[in-house]
This record gives sequence, structure tokens and C-alpha cells, in this order.
Amino acid sequence: MKINLIKPNKENLNTFVTIGSIIILVGFFDFLANTFLGVNFTGFLPAGLSYFTPIILGVVGLHLIRIEFSGNRLLDKINTNFNSSNFNAFLSLLVIFVLIKYIPALLNWFIFDADFAGNTKQDCTSGGACWVFVKVWLNRFVYGMYPDTEQWRINTAFLMLFALVGASFFASVKVKKYLLIFLLFVYPIIGLKLISGGDFGLEYIETGAWGGLSLTFIVSAFALILCFPIGMFLALGRRSNLPAIRYSSIGFIELWRGVPLITVLFMSAVMFPMFLPDGTYVDKLIRVLVAITLFEAAYMAEVIRGGLQALPKGQYEAAKSLGMGYWRMHFLIVLPQALKLVIPGIANTFLALVKDTPLIFVVGLLELAGMVNLAKTNPEWLGMAMEGYVFAGLVFWVVCYAMSRYSQNLEKKLSTER
Amino acid sequence: MNFKNFKIDLSNKNKDLIPQILTVLFIVLVIIYFTINAQNNMGNRGISFGFGFLTQESSFDITFSLIDYDGSHSYAKAFLVGLLNTILVSVIGIFFATILGVTVGISRLSQNYLISKAAEWYVEIFRNIPLILQIFFWYFAALRALPLTIDSINFYDISFLNVKGWYVPRFVWTNFSLFAYSLIVAIVLIIFTSKYAKKQRDEFGKQIPVLYISLGILFGLPFLTFLIGGVSLSFQIPELTQLSKTIYVYQGGVTIIPELISLALALSMYTATFIAENVRAGILGVNKGQKEAAASIGLTKGQILKLVVMPQALRIIIPPTTNQYLNLTKNSSLAAAIAYPDIVLVFAGTALMQTGRAIEIISITMLTYLSLSLSISVFMNWYNKKMAIKEK
Repeated sequence: MKINLIKPNKENLNTFVTIGSIIILVGFFDFLANTFLGVNFTGFLPAGLSYFTPIILGVVGLHLIRIEFSGNRLLDKINTNFNSSNFNAFLSLLVIFVLIKYIPALLNWFIFDADFAGNTKQDCTSGGACWVFVKVWLNRFVYGMYPDTEQWRINTAFLMLFALVGASFFASVKVKKYLLIFLLFVYPIIGLKLISGGDFGLEYIETGAWGGLSLTFIVSAFALILCFPIGMFLALGRRSNLPAIRYSSIGFIELWRGVPLITVLFMSAVMFPMFLPDGTYVDKLIRVLVAITLFEAAYMAEVIRGGLQALPKGQYEAAKSLGMGYWRMHFLIVLPQALKLVIPGIANTFLALVKDTPLIFVVGLLELAGMVNLAKTNPEWLGMAMEGYVFAGLVFWVVCYAMSRYSQNLEKKLSTER
Repeated sequence: MNFKNFKIDLSNKNKDLIPQILTVLFIVLVIIYFTINAQNNMGNRGISFGFGFLTQESSFDITFSLIDYDGSHSYAKAFLVGLLNTILVSVIGIFFATILGVTVGISRLSQNYLISKAAEWYVEIFRNIPLILQIFFWYFAALRALPLTIDSINFYDISFLNVKGWYVPRFVWTNFSLFAYSLIVAIVLIIFTSKYAKKQRDEFGKQIPVLYISLGILFGLPFLTFLIGGVSLSFQIPELTQLSKTIYVYQGGVTIIPELISLALALSMYTATFIAENVRAGILGVNKGQKEAAASIGLTKGQILKLVVMPQALRIIIPPTTNQYLNLTKNSSLAAAIAYPDIVLVFAGTALMQTGRAIEIISITMLTYLSLSLSISVFMNWYNKKMAIKEK
């Protein structure tokens, strides 16, 4: 029987699959021996060719087992998902080889060779990551320069927040309304007072001492709560029929959207004090909060405007025909629908806000990334930059990824399309 | 018209006027308040508002400059150096972000499970880590781990990478202007050819291989200048020289400083995630029926992609991608964090520190970015109008 090796066919399925699998296995064996044992079986070939033998063998093997509708479920699955053409086979092999080569090294650095025990840099001897650094500095990374004995205040404030948010999830609709009002208008004042102190027998702690992850959360939470209503009014203003309001909204939005946040923060740090009467001092943190809030509000306004524009005109007309005025129409009919349309955009703006908080270093406030920067320049901990940034990156990643997932769920939950 | 109706009209007008007047009044009052305070404050400090300082000698050096600059030049020139550095890093970032973004975006739609998963995780990982942290990571952690000058990583003896930067050959041209003119002429010729080819196709149904002709012109004309125009190009390769017993430097060639490398890396990898999502959305946004219809009238696979899918996908892709380019340019201001001398660091940082002219300098910086943004959004509006579906 003659078998055409170039064109695999269904008749000789077993022959092709056997030959192909053997060739693939040889390729993998060559690669594994090369990577982990340091042995090069194909060393007799020219240098350029010998380097690529695993891939070449793999592609040839995968070509041989590429038989459509073979009847074998596993084979069909492999062919459709990894092996639909020679180019795809090549890419699949490349990804697999890269993963095999680098994942163990990364894991070794990250966990298996890493140091966890000890309290000084000298305890890190095994060559992997030195998590001792993060362990020792963890307190600073979370609380900044906030005095150790007073840290319960930050903890209490955040626990209160979590409790309130949790309660508003499970409470009935009637209670939920009051909880939300409390959360948005009363809680921020209580929380801020608790952390800054000065009254009720609490020691006053200046904002310069705040820092670390808790500051990240404080800044993002406040800016998040405040930028939303401002953005909403700006969006309504931009779509208003009144020229003065429309043009001032457009001007405001385009001004903030046209400049980078870092220059806005510079402005709040060096230019803004010039605009206030001599001798007035506005706290650094408040200036930063105002700057970030206005900046993000402009982006929020554009997102909400998108929702307003996407809403069918009939909704406006129906509301008007019921005799609703401007505000009742917008708050009862238009905005609830428009906001639902732009949940992804709102979530993206919130995400951008959280990711922008590290920029407050320009005015000298050190949140998580800033604290890592400070810690890595400590003479006793030089050379720990990698660990610090990986840790900070992981924390930010978890927060942002969770937020984006939550927004996707919310979008699905609120979707009224069937 | 009876009197009653007239009254209602008037009250309606008032209803519209009052909030507008209040808004304008509020804005004007705030501006007046700020101006008075600013005048008082500057009067107290003995400085007056004005841009005369721009012509003064700057007396500070900048580590990396595209044009001739040192401390004896003016503040205006320092501003220009900063601006050029900002533009440089933005252009590099945009170039690589586009390539990477398009690749990842297409990969996410691949049938290949591994490739689409890898692209998805790339997007999820790099999009959710703050850009500033990525810049810090590349600059303070990854690039600091490179070898010292003496044992640099060697790329085929022409380019060297070490902790001080990346040393690449310098182009040495003779008669460069002739070469540049030939390029411009080539581009103009290509535009005319493609217009002619389009006309031929529309009127007579003739297919002219525009791509090959264009490539021929693009490479042929400049090549001719080498042969007969006296243009020549040689490379100055960086060489390791010993300054003292332990100090080695590479001389000759061009040094790409690590600040620029890490900034460009972080900017392009971060922005690529957003571009990838745009590309994916654009390609998914083209109706499947379009491809099937194109196939049914006998277009080849390449023609379907070029004539049917891409024009429609680009309509969805380009506006948000322009926005991402703009974001990248604005994000390049994070350079200040790692001391890459961009406009924010040079002008809003050093120059401001030396002159103390906060209002003038911050407004110039913000206006620069603002005019950049506005010009890009004007372009985008024009493009949108041009590409919008022309409905009959």
C-alpha cells in the first residue's frame, strides 16, 4: 500500500497518528533534554538548525496528525483548537515551549527559592525573591508613616466601611436607601475625622503621615464618591439647551481632559496656593483630592454623556408628555437608563482613578507605590526594588481585576435585554 | 396674540436666562477673586506676571537632548528640548503600542486556544497594573539588573546593552538632503499612482498592482540617489574605551538612555492592551454577513479582508485608538517620576524651581498639552466625518 506522506488522510488514520505522535514526542524530548538537562541531542546539526529542531519536528508531527473529521474526539479537539494550520501549529508549539522554559524559573524565583523567614536582608540567602523585605515593611506599606499605636483607627474606619457596604447588600430595599445615604454623606465625615483625629480625645495626625495602601483607598474612595455627581451634572450641562451653561461645561470638560493628571497635581501643589489669599493654607491631601476629583469628573461626564446620547429620543418625549419637568424627567426616566448603558465606561473611569492614585507622589504624599520607592532606598534594604514593585503590582492587580470583574457581573445583572 | 400668552412667554424666557446669568456670574467672580489674590501674592513676593524670563539664560543642563543645548541657552530652548523629548518618547511608544496592540488584538480572536488565552492574559495583566508602577518596575528593577559597562550584552558587535543604556550605531550621511527629497518625491508619486489606479479600476475595471509599484518607487528612487546622486551612508559603531583604571564608556554611536527605554517599554506595553481591545471590538463589530456576501460575489480572502472587512473595522477601531494615542502622549508626562527630561520635568520641574514663576510655567505646560489634545480631537472629528457611513 502506498501512503502519501504530504497529505494525511482518513484511510490511514492510525499510521499517520502514530508517526506524527512519535515525531512530536521526539521534538518534546529534545526540548526538555535541552532545557532541563543541558544535553543537546541534535548538536551534530548546524548551530542554527539544531536550535530549532524541537519546533521543526513538532510542526512536521502536527502536520501529520491534522486529519479533519477523523472520528476521534480527542484528535478532532486538538486539531480545531491548536492545530488548524501549519502556522497555528507553529504558534502553539512556540507558546508551549516558552511556558515550559520560563514558568519554572519564575515560580522558583517567586516561591520555591524565595526567602520568607528572618528580619534582615542578610537572611535572604537562597537566591530567589526576598519576601522578608515585604514582611518587614508591610506595616509601612499599608499604613504609611501613621503611628503604630493609632493604627486601630484606620482599621476601624475601613471595617466600618466594609460592614456598611456588606449590610447594604443584604438589607431590604427600604433600609438600603437610608444605608446608602449614610454611606455617601455621613460616613465620609466620620471616617475622615476618625483617621485625622484632633477631637474626641483622639490625637491629631497630620496628613503627611498618612500613606501606604490605606491612603490609596482613602484617595480613591473619596474621589470616586465625589466625581460621580459632578460628572453627572457636567454631562447634563453639556447637553443643556442654555448656551452659557453648555459652553462653560464644554470648556471645563475639555480643559481637564486635555491635560495630564500630573500637571494638574503640579498645579494644585504650586500654582493653586498663589490663587488664594496670602496666608491661607489648604491641606495637601485636600488639594490633591480636589484635583483628582475634578480631573476624573471630566472623564465621567463624557462617559455619562455617551449614555445620554444613546438613549432613544422617545424616552425624553414620553417623559415630557407625562408632564415631567427637566429634573424629574432626568432623574426618574433618563439617567437610570443612561447610567445602566454606560456601566462599563463608568467602571473603566473608576479603574483609571485607582490606577492614577500613585501619582500623588508629586506633592509628596506616599501611597503604596510611593512607600515602595521609599523603602527600596533604605540603606539596609538596597536592591529590593524587584520584590517591592512585584508586591505593589500584585496588590493593585488584585484590586483592579476584582473591580473589572464586578462591573462585568453588574452589567449582566442589570441588563434588561432578554 | 393675547396678553396672557405673552406673559407665559416672558416667564419662560426668564426661566432660561436666570441660571445662565448665575453661571456666568459665578465663573467671572471666581476668576476675579483668583486674579486679585494672585496679584497680591506676586506683589508680596516682588515678582510681576510676564513671560520675559523665557529669554533668560537657563543655567541648567539636561541629560538627554535631541538638539544642541547646554546651560547657556535660554529657558525657551529648554522648553523646546523638553517638548521634543516628550514627542520622541510618544512617537516611539505609539509605534510599538500599535504593532503590539494589533498583534494581541488579532491573537485574541485566534482559533488557537493557547494564543487567544495568552493574548487575553497579557491584556488582563498589563491593563490592571498602574502605568507608573510599570515604569518604576522597568526602570528601577528590570533595567538595573543589566550588566555593567565592561561586560555589556553584545549584539553582533554593533550594538551594546548595559546598565547605562543601549548603545547603537550612528548613521553618518553625506548629501542627506538629496535623499530626503527623493523620499518626498517617492511618496508624492505613490499617491498619484494609487489615485490613477483607483480611477482605472472604477472606470475600466482594470486592476493595477499598486502595492508592487509603490514598493518599487519607495525603494527605487532613494536607491538611485545612492548610485548617481553622491549620497552615502556609513555607520559609526560604538566602541569601548577606557577612561581610567576602572571606568569604561562606549564612545561614538548613539546612546539610548535607560529612562527612555523603560518609559517607552512601559508606555507601549500598557497602551497596547487598550489598542488590542479596540482592534478586537472593531473586527468583531463587522457583521458576519458582510464576509459571506463578499465571498459569494467571488472576492478572494485577501480582497475580502482589504476591501470589505478592514474599511468597516477601521471605522470602529480608529476613533478610540486615536484617543489611546492621546492618552499615551499625556501619560508620557509620568517621565518626571524617573527623571526622563520631558517637558514636565524640564519645564514644570527644574525651570519652575529656578524661576519660581508658577503661574506662567504651569499654564504654558498645560496649554502645550491642551493644544496637542485639541488638535488631535479636531483631526478625529474630521476623520469621523469622512469615514461615516454615507446613507442615502
